[in-house]
Amino acid sequence: MPDSTVVGLHHEEEHHPELLHHFAEPEQQRDAASFGMWIFLGTEVMFFGGLFLAYLIYRRLYFGDFGAASSSIKAGLGAANTAVLICSSLTVVLAIWGAQTARRSLMIGSLILTMLFGLTFLGIKGIEYKEKFDEHHVPGASFSFDHVPIPGHPDQYANPRHAEIFFALYFIMTGLHALHMIVGLGIFTWLLIMAWKGRFTPEYHTPLEIGGLYWHFVDIIWIYLFPLLYLIDRHR
Amino acid sequence: MSDHSKSSPLKTYFSVWIALLVGTFVTYEAAFIDLGRFNAVVALTIATIKALIVALFFMHLRHAHERLLKLVVIATIFFLFILIALSMADYATRT
Repeated sequence: MPDSTVVGLHHEEEHHPELLHHFAEPEQQRDAASFGMWIFLGTEVMFFGGLFLAYLIYRRLYFGDFGAASSSIKAGLGAANTAVLICSSLTVVLAIWGAQTARRSLMIGSLILTMLFGLTFLGIKGIEYKEKFDEHHVPGASFSFDHVPIPGHPDQYANPRHAEIFFALYFIMTGLHALHMIVGLGIFTWLLIMAWKGRFTPEYHTPLEIGGLYWHFVDIIWIYLFPLLYLIDRHR
Repeated sequence: MSDHSKSSPLKTYFSVWIALLVGTFVTYEAAFIDLGRFNAVVALTIATIKALIVALFFMHLRHAHERLLKLVVIATIFFLFILIALSMADYATRT
């Protein structure tokens, strides 16, 4: 049982306005919400898991070509985006802590910062995508990856068909991740409006926690995408 | 999940933040050093540690007390393991 304010809500006459009638107590309601979110995140892990598996299989088969293709992406942009997402995860926990301790401006400021970090991430991603489009590294009719040496084998060129598989995986995985970021920005817009209206109190801020779980999960996916897509065989 | 300790969790949050940034920096730098087969091992180990500390401290798994929630997390990891391990056992042993 958390703290005395929540215990005090047990009298049926004065229960918390956010407590839905089919829950016995706020604690149970919050646990149910977080349980549901974790189940959803479990399905998300399997969703991305299939892509990670496809990546692993092709990386094993065409390692040299994947290394050449991966080295054509600016690793610095990927690293910067990793740092941006980590900062956004920090501001998410600060927003929740602000709600828990009734610090309204910290909560709202952190939510705004989180969204700015999210937009920065998408902006950097956009720069990266534009370079790939300019270089004709986007799978499709205009794809071209000719005469690119395989890392460590300057006399061998990467097979463009195999490099195309890398770029297909790169665009699907980072694109799907970016889509999750856009959904996250939508969720955080809603959270910001709710926070602005004063809906979150130290007793009730479940939507912040649930939205935060989603945001952190998207961060975790990126933590794996960064080394897998950007840093293959860089040392040669 | 969050109000188990009365002390401020801010110190934890900022430590985790620093650790994640350091992990990113080490991942980036290590990728340019020739470690042979261990380049991928190092990168994935750091990524897994980072994912773990995000889940434990930012997603508050460390304070999670519901058994059902733990079941979901363990089942998720287990099924991801099945997906990748069994598929790779096939693909990696084809001749």
